[in-house]
Amino acid sequence: MNAKSKTPIAWLQRNLFNTWYNSLWTIVCFALLSWIAYGVGNWAFNKAQWEVVTSNLPLFFVGRYPADQVWRLWLVLVIVVGTIATGILNRKRRFLFILIPVCVLSILWLIGGGFFLTTVGTNLWNGLLLTLLAASISIVLAFPIGILLALGRQSSLPILRGFCTIYVELVRGLPLIGILFMAQVMLPLVLPSQIQLDRVVRAIAGLVLFNAAYLAENVRGGLQSIPRGQVEAAKALGLNTSLSLLLIVLPQALRTSIPAIVGQFISLFKDTSLLSLFALVELTGITRSILAQPEYLGRYAEVYLFIGLIYWVFCYTMSQVSRKLERKSI
Amino acid sequence: MASFWRNTRFWRFAGQAISVVLIVAALGFLGNNLFGNLRQLGIQFGFNFLKSQAGFTIGDIPFAYKPSDSYNLALLVGLLNSLRVISVGIILATAIGVTAGIARLSDNWLLRKLAIVYVEGLRNAPLLLQLFFWYFAVFLGLPSPENAVSFGFISFSNRGIGLLGLQLSPEFSALLAGLTIYTGTFIAEIVRGGIQSVPRGQWEAARSLGLKPGLLMRLVIFPQALRAILPPLSNQYLNLAKNSSLAIAVGYPDLYAIASTTFNQTGRAVEVMILICATYLTICLVISLLMNVYNRSVQLVER
Amino acid sequence: MLIAENVHKWYGKFQVLRGVSLTVSPGEVVVIMGPSGSGKSTFIRTFNALEDYQQGRIIIDGTELSADLRNIDTIRQEVGMVFQQFNLFPHLTVLQNVTLAPTYVRKWSKAKAEEVALQLLERVGILEQAQKFPGQLSGGQQQRVAIARALAMQPKIMLFDEPTSALDPEMVREVLDVMRSLAESGMTMIVVTHEVGFAREVADRIILMDEGLLVESASPIEFFQHPKEERTRKFLSQIL
Ligand SMILES: Nc1ncnc2c1ncn2[C@@H]1O[C@H](COP(=O)(O)OP(=O)(O)OP(=O)(O)O)[C@@H](O)[C@H]1O
Ligand SMILES: [Mg+2]
Repeated sequence: MNAKSKTPIAWLQRNLFNTWYNSLWTIVCFALLSWIAYGVGNWAFNKAQWEVVTSNLPLFFVGRYPADQVWRLWLVLVIVVGTIATGILNRKRRFLFILIPVCVLSILWLIGGGFFLTTVGTNLWNGLLLTLLAASISIVLAFPIGILLALGRQSSLPILRGFCTIYVELVRGLPLIGILFMAQVMLPLVLPSQIQLDRVVRAIAGLVLFNAAYLAENVRGGLQSIPRGQVEAAKALGLNTSLSLLLIVLPQALRTSIPAIVGQFISLFKDTSLLSLFALVELTGITRSILAQPEYLGRYAEVYLFIGLIYWVFCYTMSQVSRKLERKSI
Repeated sequence: MASFWRNTRFWRFAGQAISVVLIVAALGFLGNNLFGNLRQLGIQFGFNFLKSQAGFTIGDIPFAYKPSDSYNLALLVGLLNSLRVISVGIILATAIGVTAGIARLSDNWLLRKLAIVYVEGLRNAPLLLQLFFWYFAVFLGLPSPENAVSFGFISFSNRGIGLLGLQLSPEFSALLAGLTIYTGTFIAEIVRGGIQSVPRGQWEAARSLGLKPGLLMRLVIFPQALRAILPPLSNQYLNLAKNSSLAIAVGYPDLYAIASTTFNQTGRAVEVMILICATYLTICLVISLLMNVYNRSVQLVER
Repeated sequence: MLIAENVHKWYGKFQVLRGVSLTVSPGEVVVIMGPSGSGKSTFIRTFNALEDYQQGRIIIDGTELSADLRNIDTIRQEVGMVFQQFNLFPHLTVLQNVTLAPTYVRKWSKAKAEEVALQLLERVGILEQAQKFPGQLSGGQQQRVAIARALAMQPKIMLFDEPTSALDPEMVREVLDVMRSLAESGMTMIVVTHEVGFAREVADRIILMDEGLLVESASPIEFFQHPKEERTRKFLSQIL
């Protein structure tokens, strides 16, 4: 633009007061904003008692995980960050197929214990720790199931296709809370009575069954975006069905569906809050025990805002990263 | 036909047969366990228990219901409550979302930023948490009805929202606020995307005809944006309907909440689950059918 | 080398191929011409089982094309195909496009596959682009990569389905030159094309298809100068 537009007055004029109705909007917005800012500021600095947050920090993050074992969680954090870093830095992605399962197993071992480490029962995996665990385990398990369902829906075998379609559409028509209810109540009924599943495991099973259906839709979108010619060329070169799926179709389909898959992971991350309705003590669930402490009765706003901020930071970061990826691939 | 196992037709048939066998085996395994476990628990499958007395009170009732009425009636109360919050929610969420979506594209800097803060701020926090916040921190934290915060025809207190003599319970108000404000963020993004998908030439053509911004939006841009907006919008309506089941978190007696109470009192897992599934599937189906009809009428205009 | 006998194919009720027979001997270059929708693509796509057929027989290098999976695998390795839309794999580099099938289907070592691939890329004149992705190449270059990719499997027959139809005019030559030198090296080729010049110079035989039937089969000189069939004359008057 021209040089004039750089002065603050000109900027104000152009962006806030360029027409009479825009000036009106500006005034209304400004009034609203100051009213909110005054209310929130007054509350935050004069009325709110942030002690409920500051004195309960460990509870929010790791819940009742034994304090002398928390070093194991730090180690987990190091492994996670390390894996992600190598994944980004290293050009050769193939070894990730080995690295990721090894990491997942060692992380679970570090958290849960056994084999030389003190065992920490799942009832002690609380707070943000449980939220992150439930979300990542669910996505890791739901992902392959989602791919299989998507392929099944594209299959030329009518019965397989029908089954996958019915599953996906059924699950997508139900609220998550209903699926979690099913997982808690029905899963023990449909499995042999010798198998006793932990509450956490049942909840994760529910999340997996739910998210697999949505991931399947995302992957299917990617599959449909691949031109027929790709498969034909692969066939003409002599690649059999599984090779052409593995080398040609899936890499392209997954690449195009990355933004949708990240979006699904973000909603899965938020959805883990529903576990609190089934007596699991993840980040949302732990607020119940904190708010039940007699000295913090009624400090709802402080606690909810604080954990809301935690959720927000994670989700916002993920959505920004995915937006960057999307822009790069275009 | 020497080597049938290398024949493509054989494999198509075999694949078909194998998938049938696997699916039947899996379902059979689960079903068999289910019957075994139910027999062990001494539960006989059937919906007759719904006729017996429910015995619990319900807060929000659209018609006269007493604890001595049957489960059937209690569930009907739940269903009507669900439908009430879903229908009002869809209307309000659309209004909020469309407003925010257009504000997001306004040439007023302040308005634009305000819309961005709303959208990015609220869609990245779990709905459940927002519901807790609205209920426990906002509505229950408001003053009592005598000192209600009043804006002309609408007033807010810890007994809910008073609107022209109509009193909405705090549970309903919190659920409605949470659902609409959360869904509104997603609708805003959809509306913004839809408007941006209209080619620049259309704006220029309409402006060159001398249309004022309001008319330009209403007559030229929005009708075209609608085609891109409707399919994802109906997804959001479905989400809102499904998310309304979080009512149980704030103690609003919707269908899921009452079904869940029914399960707690009777232990009828299978029947209650079937009821929940059937109801939500039907609600979702009806919403998508209605949206499809509307969508088709909009798309036809194009040809 | 290739024998097709009385091939029939239906799409539902619609009959695309109504008994087409063709014999191609080793080293022969056959050009197939014909109006749009006459079944040319369908016909040559049956040769590597991209389309199935309901009646007749196709025998390629002594192997009969049937529902037998192993025969299909063998034949697809013997028959290379070049498509109108190139169909390069956009997520792989040019070199990876060419080495893919030899490494996974022929099970060559990576070193051998790359050596062969680089030779082929040199032969089609795009050695410098080996590390680029298909999206970064022009149409003509992409089609030459596609030819190299098909050749990497060392096929005995090459099928071309309108290889220059999706190209800008100035790129047609570079692709035709590659095909011409391929023909000179003795490759058996079946080419569907509308390029009259190419057909005249390179073809040993030209075939006209119409409405799922083989109308005429003749040497280029006879085909263009003394067509026997009325249908051929009409077709030539439209394209010349
Ligand atoms: N999958 C299909 N289903 C139904 N009909 C088809 C299908 N594929 C092709 N056809 C029909 O078969 C006929 C022959 O198609 P084909 O592609 O072989 O023609 P062609 O001679 O290659 O034409 P062109 O020069 O346009 O490529 C056409 O009429 C076409 O409409
Ligand atoms: Mg064709």
